Amino acid sequence: MTQAPEQEIRTYIVNTFLFGEGGDSFNDEDSLIEKGIIDSTGVLELVAFLDETYGIQVADQELVADNFDSVTKLGAFVKSKRG
Amino acid sequence: MCGITGFVNLSGVRPDAAIARAMIDRIPHRGPDETGLHLDGPCALGHVRLSIVDLAAGQQPMCTEDGRYWIVFNGEIFNHVELREKLTEAGHRFRTRCDTEVILHLYQEKGADCVHEMNGQWGFAIWDTREQSLFMSRDRMGIRPLFYMKTAENFIFGSEVKSIFSHPDAPRRINPKGLNDLLTIWSTVAPNTLFEGVMELPPGHCLRLSGRELRVSRFWQLDYPEPDSEKSEDQYATELLDLLVDSTRLRFQSADVPVGAYLSGGLDSTLITSVVRRFTDAKLRTFSVTFEDAEFDESSFQRQAIDYLQVEHQQVRCTKQDIADNFPDVIWHAEQPTVRTAPAPMFLLARLVRQHGYKVVLTGEGADEMFGGYDIFKEAKVRRFWAQRPDSKLRPLLLRKLYPYIPALQKQSDDYLRAFFYARPEDLRSRFFSHLPRWELTRKLEIFYSASLKQALVGHDTYSQIERELPDAYPRWHPFCQAQFLESRYLLPGYLLSSQGDRMAMAHGVEGRFPFLDYRVVQFASRIPPRLKMKVLDEKYLLKKAAGDLIPPFLRKRPKQPYRAPEALSFYDPASGKARADYVSDLLSREKLERFGLFNPQPVQHLVEKARRGKVIGVRDGMALVSILSTQLLVEQFIDGFGRIGA
Repeated sequence: MTQAPEQEIRTYIVNTFLFGEGGDSFNDEDSLIEKGIIDSTGVLELVAFLDETYGIQVADQELVADNFDSVTKLGAFVKSKRG
Repeated sequence: MCGITGFVNLSGVRPDAAIARAMIDRIPHRGPDETGLHLDGPCALGHVRLSIVDLAAGQQPMCTEDGRYWIVFNGEIFNHVELREKLTEAGHRFRTRCDTEVILHLYQEKGADCVHEMNGQWGFAIWDTREQSLFMSRDRMGIRPLFYMKTAENFIFGSEVKSIFSHPDAPRRINPKGLNDLLTIWSTVAPNTLFEGVMELPPGHCLRLSGRELRVSRFWQLDYPEPDSEKSEDQYATELLDLLVDSTRLRFQSADVPVGAYLSGGLDSTLITSVVRRFTDAKLRTFSVTFEDAEFDESSFQRQAIDYLQVEHQQVRCTKQDIADNFPDVIWHAEQPTVRTAPAPMFLLARLVRQHGYKVVLTGEGADEMFGGYDIFKEAKVRRFWAQRPDSKLRPLLLRKLYPYIPALQKQSDDYLRAFFYARPEDLRSRFFSHLPRWELTRKLEIFYSASLKQALVGHDTYSQIERELPDAYPRWHPFCQAQFLESRYLLPGYLLSSQGDRMAMAHGVEGRFPFLDYRVVQFASRIPPRLKMKVLDEKYLLKKAAGDLIPPFLRKRPKQPYRAPEALSFYDPASGKARADYVSDLLSREKLERFGLFNPQPVQHLVEKARRGKVIGVRDGMALVSILSTQLLVEQFIDGFGRIGA
């Protein structure tokens, strides 16, 4: 059975943007921008991660906070794109 | 321009000349032409000289004809000719043409008030043999450095901390609070420095040591009075140009050696060079740095400026490997960590200047702070404008105008741009509204702090420290002026004029002169209405207007390109996955990180892995790598050992 995307996304965020530290400093619903976890480059890194890990191509109009700004939103976005 | 150092034994014991000599020998780069030492009572005054005015005379330490006052002086007093005339009329007699002697006589005449008469850049110390007291002063904007340390037995001072550390009574320790300040606002908050017990005399301050009593007092501070509502835009422009011509001429003429200029290809340095070309008959040579990476390179603009100005020009090309190779020396001279690699190319540029036989350069430093050139001012203006009508659909479109040179930002959707720049109500209430995005982003580096560093910082808050020392009038200033103040009071002296300015130039015995930082220009600029500094979003509007045809037309249309250099890629080559220099791997190893105790090895290892793969591309990650590496270099060269790596 494959790992739930939320768990994989959370691990990626903690390792990439928090350098393995402070994994308990945010929950899956928290806004990644408001928590200061990602900056503008971070958004682009997330796009690359979704492509490399799930083969998801993100269209410009999909690059919005409603899809990307929390672990839960990212998980839902991945699931919807995978159908 | 030179270097000064010395100490006073607080128990009255005659100083050991060998100690003073060792202190002088630490800063030979600041004054390769001569050295001098004078001992009197409990005081030792040391000097290294870069001869610029009256090459034959002017040796220091220098004394008044009665032998009462002795001075060591680093800097230039540009109005020394006028001051000399006034003093001569008052009965003073001079033996040299040096500005140093003018300070001595002015001090004899006016005491501590002498600094109000001086137009220049300075750090000096005067020993009064009769009173057995020491008077020190630093210029208004903090162009020249001056540090001191008071122990139980000695008061020790110097242009650079390394001369202080050469005194056996000076302990070498990192100041965690100073480190945290720098890793938040990019500079320390004077008088604190990176080193425990070492103080920096803040810009525009004097100090007097009598017996064991030390008194520090301010003689000048930036202020933003109400603009003159009667004055027209044209009047402002005309007066500004007159002032700039005078301040440039003054800085160009006050030297008995040839003067060069930095030419970046931007508005400020082009304007200064153009003023010299048009208003003096001097033959001028200009110097610039170019980059192998197109993202940072401005050589096409430099060529256009050279064609327009018709100057002889020299340039040095800076590669990522150059930055890696020279970074240990950069930190040895800067004496503090840096969040950016930008000082390194300036180090190469100063070396180029010196190789061509020049000791003095004019630069455009200060124009962005005084006349509203920085993107941080523009960003604050747009965010505040949008915050007045948060529901507006049109106002956030202005966010597209910000940071055209940052690709990651330009690739964002409108939705994300709004999310990044949205001003929360608590941001709007902050006294640091303009600078919060930069400071908060930098503050994220605390994720790398070790447990012991975090422990040492309990109860310390950089923001509160700054709030306590804001001028009383600050809340009443226009928000644009508040942003200018923060930039001019902290980043300018604490980073641009020091790590990127004095220290890089003086590493090669080159003196920088800054026409935009003439205090008359600064005071004039502070009275310009903010709407004329940045008209809508047109930065340095009034300065461009004042410049007229002194600048080529392309400079009016060219979007501002801030001076930047490659960051993480300067230290790791993703093609090989290796560090570009051995010291990088060594200082970022788990062992060295644990030994120095400032950073937690685990997240740093994550960062290093990211850098090896070429994935450190964001601003925050780049700052983290450069900050941590430069801090490790500082500890290696000043605390763990004492000397340059490889020396």
